[in-house]
Amino acid sequence: MSETMLTVILALVKCVFSVAFVMQIVPLLIWAERKGAAYIQDRPGPNRAHILGVRAGGLIHTLPDVFKLITKEDVVPSHVFRPLWALAPIISMSVALVTFSVVPWGDQILIPAEIAEKYLGTTGPLAVKLQVADIDGGLLYILAMTSLGVYGIMLAGWSSNNKFSLLGGLRSAAQMVSYELAMGMGVVAMFMTYGTTRLDEIMQIQAESILNWGVLLSPPVGVIAFVLFWVAAFAECNRNPFDLPEGEAELVAGYHTEYSSLRFALFFMAEYANMVVASSVTATLFFGGYNIPFVNGAMLRENIDLVLMAIGLGGGLFFLFATSVAYGRRKDPFYAAMDAFKGPRPNKLAPTSGLNGLLYRALHDDTLRQHEWKIFTAIWAGAALAHFGLIGLGAMKIASGMPLLTEIIVFVTQLNAFVVKVLFGCWMFIWVRWTLPRFRYDQLMDLGWKYMLPIGLVNILLAAVWLLIDANAMRLYAAIP
Amino acid sequence: MSDVIPAIKKRKLSTSESIYLVEVLKGMAITMGHVIKNIIGELKGQSTFDTMEYPEVRKPVNDRFKGAHRLTTRPDGKYKCVACMCCSTACPAKCISIVAGEDADDPIEKYPVRFDIDMLRCIYCGFCVEACPKDAIRMDTRIYEINAFSRQDMIHTRDYMRDLMAGDKPEAEQWYRENPQHSPEGFLGEVPPVIP
Repeated sequence: MSETMLTVILALVKCVFSVAFVMQIVPLLIWAERKGAAYIQDRPGPNRAHILGVRAGGLIHTLPDVFKLITKEDVVPSHVFRPLWALAPIISMSVALVTFSVVPWGDQILIPAEIAEKYLGTTGPLAVKLQVADIDGGLLYILAMTSLGVYGIMLAGWSSNNKFSLLGGLRSAAQMVSYELAMGMGVVAMFMTYGTTRLDEIMQIQAESILNWGVLLSPPVGVIAFVLFWVAAFAECNRNPFDLPEGEAELVAGYHTEYSSLRFALFFMAEYANMVVASSVTATLFFGGYNIPFVNGAMLRENIDLVLMAIGLGGGLFFLFATSVAYGRRKDPFYAAMDAFKGPRPNKLAPTSGLNGLLYRALHDDTLRQHEWKIFTAIWAGAALAHFGLIGLGAMKIASGMPLLTEIIVFVTQLNAFVVKVLFGCWMFIWVRWTLPRFRYDQLMDLGWKYMLPIGLVNILLAAVWLLIDANAMRLYAAIP
Repeated sequence: MSDVIPAIKKRKLSTSESIYLVEVLKGMAITMGHVIKNIIGELKGQSTFDTMEYPEVRKPVNDRFKGAHRLTTRPDGKYKCVACMCCSTACPAKCISIVAGEDADDPIEKYPVRFDIDMLRCIYCGFCVEACPKDAIRMDTRIYEINAFSRQDMIHTRDYMRDLMAGDKPEAEQWYRENPQHSPEGFLGEVPPVIP
């Protein structure tokens, strides 16, 4: 295999991975949004859709949701400007996915020389960077791409040829431009402190110590930059309290009023994809990305057996707890009674025979529902056993003898650290949405222009002062791992 | 009439309030408290929600709740109804239509060949029950889920209304046995009082 071929194949694999990464989290987020909202409002939330009675806490709801969106009629209103109207959701979605390409999701994988030479035809070991595009202006690229996102919404609003959609598009354009500035100011302070805009280098600086993480750098510059960036990210994603472009009370549904079926689904998914991207960029810039506190990549590689044992112990204990919870629920009097109760009037119109009857039973037969927790008990007990098995593998020192396995374990561990940070960020989006009311439009503009922009400028000044005091300000705490 | 609208004075925000962040965090702490409370409740299997899981759990209806109509029968299984048309006359929605037939049994004389109530027109006023001299029609089923896939199915016929409670599946009977306070009068076997 030639060198070019290898590069192309690796790039393709990484592209697929990064798109899949974002798209996999989206349905999970939709579930988290519903369940989180329900729990915040003291409701049980989604718990109806089931496959043969297994409801998985409402996770199954995403399936019929997708099915519904795909099979719905794609209505094209006669008054829209068709080319741009069709383009808008595509722009929204692709911009969100493309932004993710500069975010590193792991330390580089070092494929040892003997394996790389034998199977991949390289000379010497092969280092695979876990990042689609390692470009020098990574941060600038993120800023550029997120501001392209406004095109999707603006074009949707304008080409819909509808007053409310246009107003939604206008609002969103104004809002995005205003908050783009605040976000830019936060980022400028950060790359002054880091001394680079390349995300790979930023990650390496943060890998040195937990005190080198963006939020803690040259205090309070890091913290202020984080708050600015995070608040602006809410506005850029059009999430509450900044979701004025949708403003359903005033604008019907804002810019996506005229969209149905899969086009609407694209906007809907783009919102969540934007959330994933915004939290991963925040995690990368301010919270050490894939780095685990107090443990860097080199330490992971040295003590790979210990790491394996730690993963086994932690995961095993977690799943043991989950098993015990599920086992405790297996004969719940309240839920058992609820499950057993069929009501005084079963559905007389339900088909009982033929293909219809079969279909009806497949979709509505929830006799397995009483056994749901037993199924979970089995699954989680299996997961716990598998994790305890990892302790054994660690004790047998299997991983330390195999460099490639070591790399894979390190990759999975760091990816998990990254995913945890990203998911927490996404949960913040959901959490804030169901806590705060929406801003009024003038308040929104006030906040952006009168408060966040000046604070950002002062923050840049602070960062400059730090650089004057100590050109290597960020390395101040590098002594602690 | 004075058209001076008193201005509502806006409360001045304190310093910590005007920064928003502290108040936002306070609000988030409150909502997170709810989430944690509900997750713990869910893990323990003790519901912390006020929501009733409707088809499985039902709110008991008031004792005076009426519900769908049913037709009562004599001990020998015949309809009590003598097709006197009192109910259809009293009906303000004009939703009852009765076709009378001659009964061979002498003291009864008439019986309903058809007795249809269009439930889409019915306003559940209960005048038919009031008007009935024979206690033949009652609204004591407490059934409030009156639904169908077509308009035709929304017309409750004579036999449907007779069998509404009686023939209705053992599960329902079981449930009413366990919850006798919700049981319609005469449903669980006792013979309804005969009005001469």
